[in-house]
Amino acid sequence: MNDPVRWEAGAELPARSFGPVTRTVLALYAGGSGDHNPIHIDSDFARAAGQPDVFAHGMLSMAYLAQYISGFVSADCLRSWSVRFTAVTPVNAAVTCSGRVLNRDGREVTLALIATVDDGTQTVIGKAQLKL
Amino acid sequence: MIDRRFIGWRSEPVVVEVDKGQLRLFAKAAGETDPIYFDEEAARAAGHPSLPAPPTFAFCLANLAGQPYSYLRLMGVDIARLLHGEQAFEYFAPYHAGDALMISTEIAAITTKKDGVLDLIEAHTDAVNQRGQLCVKQRTVLIVRNEGARDE
Repeated sequence: MNDPVRWEAGAELPARSFGPVTRTVLALYAGGSGDHNPIHIDSDFARAAGQPDVFAHGMLSMAYLAQYISGFVSADCLRSWSVRFTAVTPVNAAVTCSGRVLNRDGREVTLALIATVDDGTQTVIGKAQLKL
Repeated sequence: MIDRRFIGWRSEPVVVEVDKGQLRLFAKAAGETDPIYFDEEAARAAGHPSLPAPPTFAFCLANLAGQPYSYLRLMGVDIARLLHGEQAFEYFAPYHAGDALMISTEIAAITTKKDGVLDLIEAHTDAVNQRGQLCVKQRTVLIVRNEGARDE
């Protein structure tokens, strides 16, 4: 899958890109997640609400971060995590996930996580607790 | 501004069956490629009784229960003004296709920022399986943008 990660404080995990988040992806995610808020799938609605266009569900980026983590360890290793959505992800953006080991205590690892879009804007920042 | 009387409001518990087709669609939409999320044999080979729910799927349960935005409607929040601010998960037991999860949400806090431009709603949602085991706890912060609201 990926090169083995050094699970020690300061280690950088190799970045990985997801998407692009096309309108098709947004329509599928609306159906898959049950979140039918038209702000994500209906450009007319989004513009009427003052947005330039539809934008991605924040939870789609969090799902990408989950896949990013499970590229290194089984998803079952993820014990808890929290993220803050710091900017919207515009339609057609690619989402790049990166991570860094903040701390390791035996089998317990704390990761810092970031998602960015094409122009470098940070869209999600978070922390995850893993049990290796 | 959202009425503070909603702090402490708790939803009626609702049971959601975790559907195999829904899990596959969710995984496909998120660009997932790991066969354990699509193929039952692959899932079983990896030690799961059926298709496992991916880590963020729990957020979808309330929507899939047919109660999307239930508390937002009660509060009179316009979903066109909604942003997702924060999301946290804490996992206690895995759950899979065929499980039935009972979920309930409590409004933990409602606060205002930037002189009333933003309202923040913090909701806590627990999901308990059919055996009474707590599977996942969630904390969600939704942001309601009030700017321009008076123009309408």
